[in-house]
Amino acid sequence: MKSASGSHTGTGVWLLQRATALLLALALPGLGVYFLAARPTDYPGWQSLFEPLGLRVLMLLTVAALTLHAWAGMRDILMDYVRPTGLRLVLLLAVIVTLAGSVAWLAAILFNPALWGVT
Amino acid sequence: MPQRPVYLNLLRIRLPLTGWVSILHRLSGGLLFLAVPFGVLGLSQSLSDEAGFRRVAEWIGHPLGKLFLLILTWAFAHHLFAGLRHLALDAHWGLDLRQARRSSIAVLLASALVTLLFAGKLFT
Repeated sequence: MKSASGSHTGTGVWLLQRATALLLALALPGLGVYFLAARPTDYPGWQSLFEPLGLRVLMLLTVAALTLHAWAGMRDILMDYVRPTGLRLVLLLAVIVTLAGSVAWLAAILFNPALWGVT
Repeated sequence: MPQRPVYLNLLRIRLPLTGWVSILHRLSGGLLFLAVPFGVLGLSQSLSDEAGFRRVAEWIGHPLGKLFLLILTWAFAHHLFAGLRHLALDAHWGLDLRQARRSSIAVLLASALVTLLFAGKLFT
């Protein structure tokens, strides 16, 4: 019988984890430097940091890659430590909901027309 | 069948250095996963309005907030350096034991250094 909580796509997920790892290793330090270099002390300064459309697109893509990476990693952890299939599925679902929700929320923040107008 | 010693007591398991880097890579990854929704929450608050910005600034300024930031800084640094090491190992670079041990030490030292530097910035 097929296991209910393994997707039998291990090599694909393994590769996805490595590809997103490379992307994140480049993008996250880059974004970190951008924000730490500015470090604004007031709200208008903080808000204006997010003004460039390219930056917001890069942030959203980076976090999307991050969620794929985190999903692969959390899946590995759950497959190693959580043996009961039902519990494993429930936890994996919670991971997916958390990550998908975070990306959707971030998109809503970054492309909120009230903050930077329609672009 | 002879009785073999089985040490599953976490406090009695002795890991080699490379094993520590590996398990900490996993632990730091789990921590970073947990931080994702809170990061988005903080961003949402800080960008909502003047008051939200000040609220997040207060959270970050609080000693407990600083401690969380410091832990996450270590988690990110360790996960990044250990991850790069894993990618190198995947490419069959640095596979022999001596090199693997040396790169493990480098990962532990580099993430400790980043954490210390950040702590210096945070608490002064």
